[in-house]
Amino acid sequence: MSGELIGLGAAELASSIASGDVSAVEVAQAHLNEIAAVDGDLHAFLHVDTDGALAAAKAVDARRAGGAELGPLAGVPLAMKDVVVTKGLPTTAGSRILEGWRPPYDATITRRIKDAGIVMLGKTNMDEFAMGSSTENSAYGPTHNPWDLSRVPGGSSGGSSAAVAAFEAPLAIGTDTGGSIRQPAAVTGIVGFKPTYGAVSRYGLIAFSSSLDQAGPLARTVLDAALLYDVLHGHDPLDSTSIPGVRFGAAAQARAGAGEDLSGVRVGVVRELGGEGYQPGVLAAFDSAVATLHGLGADIVEVSCPHFQYALAAYYLIAPSECSSNLARFDSVRYGLRVGDDGVNSLEDVMSLTREAGFGAEVKRRIMIGTYALSSGYYDAYYGQAQKVRTLIVRDFEAAFGQADVLVSPTSPFVAFGIGERVDDPMAMYVNDLCTLPASLAGTPAISVPCGISEGLPVGLQIMAPTLADDRCFRVGAAYEAALGGIGLHPRRLSA
Amino acid sequence: MPDATDSTARIGRDDVAHLARLARLAVTDAELDLFAGQLDVILGAVARVGEVAAADIPPTTHAVPLSNVFRPDVVVASLSRDAVLEGAPSVEDDKFRVPRILSEEA
Amino acid sequence: MTNTVRTYDDVVARYEPVIGLETHVELGTASKMFCGCSTTFGAEPNTHTCPVCLGLPGALPVANEMAIESTIRIGLALHCGIATWCRFARKNYFYPDMPKNFQTSQYDEPLCVEGYLDVEVGGAQVRVGIERVHLEEDTGKNTHVGTSGRIHGADYSLVDYNRAGIPLVEIVTKPVPGTGAMAPEVAKAYVTALRDILRTLGVSDVRMEQGSLRCDVNTSLNLPGAQWGTRTETKNVNSLRSVERAVRSEILRQADLLDAGTRIKQETRHFSETSGDTRPGRSKEEATDYRYFPEPDLVPIAPDVAWVERLRAGLPEMPAARRARLGDELGVGAEDMRKMTNAGVVDLVGATVHLGAPIGEARNWWMGYLAQKANEREIEPVELGIEPAHVARLIALVADGSLSVALARQAVDGVLETGSDIDTVVAERGLKVVSDTGALEAAAAAAIAANPDIASKVRGGKLPAVGALVGAVMKATRGQADAAAVRQILLQQLGVDA
Repeated sequence: MSGELIGLGAAELASSIASGDVSAVEVAQAHLNEIAAVDGDLHAFLHVDTDGALAAAKAVDARRAGGAELGPLAGVPLAMKDVVVTKGLPTTAGSRILEGWRPPYDATITRRIKDAGIVMLGKTNMDEFAMGSSTENSAYGPTHNPWDLSRVPGGSSGGSSAAVAAFEAPLAIGTDTGGSIRQPAAVTGIVGFKPTYGAVSRYGLIAFSSSLDQAGPLARTVLDAALLYDVLHGHDPLDSTSIPGVRFGAAAQARAGAGEDLSGVRVGVVRELGGEGYQPGVLAAFDSAVATLHGLGADIVEVSCPHFQYALAAYYLIAPSECSSNLARFDSVRYGLRVGDDGVNSLEDVMSLTREAGFGAEVKRRIMIGTYALSSGYYDAYYGQAQKVRTLIVRDFEAAFGQADVLVSPTSPFVAFGIGERVDDPMAMYVNDLCTLPASLAGTPAISVPCGISEGLPVGLQIMAPTLADDRCFRVGAAYEAALGGIGLHPRRLSA
Repeated sequence: MPDATDSTARIGRDDVAHLARLARLAVTDAELDLFAGQLDVILGAVARVGEVAAADIPPTTHAVPLSNVFRPDVVVASLSRDAVLEGAPSVEDDKFRVPRILSEEA
Repeated sequence: MTNTVRTYDDVVARYEPVIGLETHVELGTASKMFCGCSTTFGAEPNTHTCPVCLGLPGALPVANEMAIESTIRIGLALHCGIATWCRFARKNYFYPDMPKNFQTSQYDEPLCVEGYLDVEVGGAQVRVGIERVHLEEDTGKNTHVGTSGRIHGADYSLVDYNRAGIPLVEIVTKPVPGTGAMAPEVAKAYVTALRDILRTLGVSDVRMEQGSLRCDVNTSLNLPGAQWGTRTETKNVNSLRSVERAVRSEILRQADLLDAGTRIKQETRHFSETSGDTRPGRSKEEATDYRYFPEPDLVPIAPDVAWVERLRAGLPEMPAARRARLGDELGVGAEDMRKMTNAGVVDLVGATVHLGAPIGEARNWWMGYLAQKANEREIEPVELGIEPAHVARLIALVADGSLSVALARQAVDGVLETGSDIDTVVAERGLKVVSDTGALEAAAAAAIAANPDIASKVRGGKLPAVGALVGAVMKATRGQADAAAVRQILLQQLGVDA
């Protein structure tokens, strides 16, 4: 029974629960059992909230028994990235500095998830403060890729991607600052969507880079991702950068897309996102994806976005600059770790000792890069110039979307690499985000959909749409997913 | 201001020490060497932004431009004091207790 | 090098001071700048805090519209231009009273720029240029625990974040040169005028003693014709009187250094209310680099013309204009208006006159006995708790002979002590002029009988000695008699011709 249940997607689970074929408690228990069985090998979760999950599931069953109408995802389990604040539940952002902290409030998306009757199973592992592309930067040890346990699950939302790929949960929340939803989705063979900046509230999302961070769904199908996205997005008065009046029908678009061809849809292949430096197997999978789209009736055009080549440089100035300021609050005064308070050390010493002990190497590197880039005398050449490059990237997108309805590229130049292979070389790690960075900088929506296998590992197709055309990602993504059919992308169940 | 695109080393141990002080990181001696090398490589790579001629280009701080987002001047319930102080490393008289402060307020 | 003590006049004859003021005003909004926590003063520690103003991970700010409007109104009242587009910026530095370790402030894009405020000092008008008016958030409060109670030598500190995030407007003047010996008074007059404007706008309760109005004073000295000197910034200037004293003491201190050939160090100093001089702050280990950048969690403020003009149209009459109008209405000359302004009684006098009192009487009460009472209590006349209506009634009672001036003062004391109105105090304390001649004659006879020595002196021609007997009668009648009448009766009874 348990095995059957965990094999189901969110849409199927929700309808089974709604129809009474299965209880939400049974569904939650099945996934908790799976976590208990496989997470020792996978290490996708930092905290499993067994009691909370069962209580939430019980409440859904009670509501159903009481005749209440259930939401489209009521009773469906979800894995929450540990960067999202959850009242009373440990929230560490993968960092030692927040070990043991239990927030006194819920993030807006946490509230939305709870209100939707979605059952939160626990908190997932991640690169510390979402800085990384492999989940190796977690203070609590790496997560393993269910396709090959010696490899990384991508990052920074690697715990979430691994949990969904390994059938520990049908849904997960990720956050994406430079690709942290899309790249882990790609290298674990699942779907991941980064919304238009401002479509999903950031209130309660522990900030890495405020002008780039967006939370979004991870799931095994485009429809499941769309269903979760419909729960997540919408205006929030607690987030000044939240766009008013935004309401997509993502699930409806995904359902429509799955049943139609792409006649008249112009698909732009971005010349600058491919070629040298990309693994041949990735390029081959991507080429065949483009052929599939063409086969669906789409017009394939090549577009050029000349400033995308500067996206990496701009991103690794903007994100560290903002993070150097965002992470200043971790100072041992109000919450979290305190080190060196021996009655002799000054507060300044204790702050420095705490931050030294509480932050990992990548976080320290980025804080120092950002501190440097914002320093007087360097601001114009670094942070200021990066923001101008950002404008040029936005303009590249605008021009490209004049020629195409969606843009496509590989999601990542590489398939999942081995744990430990790149940890000593920050730049080698940074290039993982080459394809995902432009949409992050421009704030445009983008989805990663599985598009093939290379070296036995999954490859992702990135579909990018214009600002506030989020539903287009789901429509085209669903059409592509349907055309691709079952190519065996879901064999990652680790339990017997 | 140094030329952002020059290829010579721009970050040494002293610079790392200075940045670490500004950022309140008590970095170790070994880290000074490690980070000096790594930051130099990273800053060399990101200095590429300087290659773009963008003098007349306005900066983008937000991808989706909004303005005048305000809240009305209405009092909303604060957290309970227990919730406020629960996660604190040290508390005395309902206040956050911190070690002696060396420097004056800025 | 000499040790001659230099007089202030000597110093300002040889050096030209340049002053500048940075004033921080806590706005009187109901809620904080970026969250809904209450701004009420004096709450239990850390009870007015939430994820936003505690800087909890994940929390985000949303700007208080009233605070934005108040800032624009202040800018308009100070004749500033209002930005059509501006942003908040993060000022990054570590300090435990700042929950995020950055202050959300404004940097190179303030909300209001380029204004002025005219102040009058010694009959001359001085125009103080306003460089900028911007909006930021206040910090929390540290208490230093240890033997000294101060930051130096404290064992540890305690932090209360109730104040953190209260909207704070910073008003920065341009450097004010050319005021010479008047520099300290100009500084005081500027803060006084600014405070009146802020009070008139109703944007703040501007209580310096509670810290809702705080001043930093910049001072430098230069030789005539030379470049401006190095300036110091004096903080902790928490009363109008201190503003004046701080500038004066800093002028004297700097002159001593310059006379000795010592360079002035650019530094932050602290004013001590008790010693009346400035002391250096503990200097930081290295120059602060605040790494300002636009606050990415907030969106730009873009006040459009309609909004600004609506706010402009809603501005109340400013104090200077009101004083001019009141002067005309009351028929009071400019010099008298200035005196009343300096004493902080213009509106009180005006209101008293509006209630029917003659201007002369109203002015005398507010500038005289009431100003003295306020002075004794080290508060402003407006804070005494006695209303123009009380004073108007008092004046009427004196005018119709119900009270003598001495009794009227007792009535004032009663109002100040009890908070009751004049008529209640008069009734409760039985204050009335005793006009019953029989009673006075009896009291006079008693006083003469009790003081035979004095009586014989008076009879012997030492007329002034009768004062002691008058006093005795006044005491016996609890001040309710008319002293002149008492004197007359006493002299009569003693058989002396007045």
